[in-house]
Amino acid sequence: MKTVKVTGSILLAIAVAAIAGPWLSPNDYVTTNFNAILSNPSIDGARWFGTDDLGRDLFVRTMLGIRVTLAVAIVASIVSLVIGVTYGAIAGYVGGRVDAVMMRFVDTLYALPFIFFVILLMVVFERNFLLIFVAIGAINWLDMARIVRGQTLSLREREFVEAARLTGVSTARIVFRHIAPNLIGIVVVYITLTIPQAILFESFLSFLGLGVQEPQTSLGTLVDAGVGHMERASWTLLIPASLLAVILLCFNFMGDGLRDYFDARHGQ
Amino acid sequence: MLRYTLLRILGAIPTLLLVIALAFLMVHAAPGGPFDAERRLPPEVEANIAAKYHLDEPLPKQFARYLGGLLQGDLGPSYRYRDRTVSELIGSAFPNSLRIGALAILFALLVGISSGTYAALRQGTLTDRFVMGLSMTGISIPVFVIAPVLVLLFAVKLQWLPAGWTSTESVSRYVLPVITLALPQIAYIARLTRASMIDVLGRDFVRTARAQGLGTLRVVRVHALKPALLPVLSYMGPAIAGIITGSVVVEEIFGISGVGQQFVRGALNRDYTLVLGVVVFYATLIVAFNLIVDILYAVIDPRVRYR
Repeated sequence: MKTVKVTGSILLAIAVAAIAGPWLSPNDYVTTNFNAILSNPSIDGARWFGTDDLGRDLFVRTMLGIRVTLAVAIVASIVSLVIGVTYGAIAGYVGGRVDAVMMRFVDTLYALPFIFFVILLMVVFERNFLLIFVAIGAINWLDMARIVRGQTLSLREREFVEAARLTGVSTARIVFRHIAPNLIGIVVVYITLTIPQAILFESFLSFLGLGVQEPQTSLGTLVDAGVGHMERASWTLLIPASLLAVILLCFNFMGDGLRDYFDARHGQ
Repeated sequence: MLRYTLLRILGAIPTLLLVIALAFLMVHAAPGGPFDAERRLPPEVEANIAAKYHLDEPLPKQFARYLGGLLQGDLGPSYRYRDRTVSELIGSAFPNSLRIGALAILFALLVGISSGTYAALRQGTLTDRFVMGLSMTGISIPVFVIAPVLVLLFAVKLQWLPAGWTSTESVSRYVLPVITLALPQIAYIARLTRASMIDVLGRDFVRTARAQGLGTLRVVRVHALKPALLPVLSYMGPAIAGIITGSVVVEEIFGISGVGQQFVRGALNRDYTLVLGVVVFYATLIVAFNLIVDILYAVIDPRVRYR
């Protein structure tokens, strides 16, 4: 649990900074200043992270980028949670041929290069926030569905489910009222592992210029901009890149730690 | 075995059709036509363009035409580069992507398997935890962060290696792209190898081999390595998909004229047929590779065939 606590506190600190940071700074994220292009990080004028190639304040932009990145992660994870749990619980509870067909479909989807479809989607339709959220969530539910199905398979043989069935509770009610609450532990673990994936996808799209659009920004967009100026102003790359890396690392370590914790508990 | 192989091949066909249909539909559901310009063209010209690219036909007929072309390796004309076909564009770019991708996979297997085995043999020690921590970092940090940081360090600051894809053929131009592409895969493969190696090293036959006086190296090489590598083999499908996805970024950053770069250019230029072509091409490659891995797995582990 130590890893979980440490990584959790780091993530919380980053989230708080991202929410409160822009208010503490006198600068905003759109005002350009052509007298201070790519200036070094400094205390003067509260340019804590320096400025970008248009003289915009990088501290505020980075904090906004973290907000967007975290928002995408959370919304996309909720989308994948809803799809994955529903799909997995139905497959696991109904079982038999339905289960076989549904899981075969998941296996098929595993073989697809989803990121290409998301890029296709971004090319074909107007790029908006909602589409990015939903598209990323919609491709991330496969693992969740598998895990939930496995758990449901064992849960449905338990006495309390049988009791519910015998007293005439409807299938839908059994799935959502009696089985779903027992899945929370394992779902939480996999959510923490889904979040970094969603972040990765979003920043990948933004890096290619297909994600969040200017003047809005995300960590991926900032890294992309930083690459263009790394020779003259390496901090424009290193600051957003290291923040992104820290966020991803924390989520992965937290998921790993939680999984070990739950595994150990299940083993007893 | 033949039955299993045929069943697998038959199973891959619907997957491929699904991919192609999905990609085709998405491109054709696009609002506005591919030739919409700032200046309105006379309707006769528009009709001529539509007729030339068969855009005036009903969708099922267009899809049938596209599938027919695919069977002959024809991915249609590019909407932006008027004098080239999509097949030509992909064909000219693929050798670069293939070389880098193949080198990255080989490098990843080599380093991943050896470091995973090493960590498994020293399970619980500081070395083990160091290797695993490092591999978690490798999994977490995205390719588009690794690449520019490596460039900044080795090309800009230290000036040991070229920052981009130099026009002359030299070994040094491969180093950074291949390492960048391989790093996340090394990390995954190392973790997989370690976990399954620890499992295998605890089995009875390993204990017997040890009891007969075989040295650690020989036990690993002769007895433990093959069963321990099965999970790594089944990871090769996702690994190829990961390498392909990564190559989009790596080619963009290092300025390599590969398929990934074509894809990004196509995406930003709204060259629908090119984007569609790359998706179909790469999806076919991934499905084919998964198929090969499945069959190989059945060859090595006969239990799979009868499940």
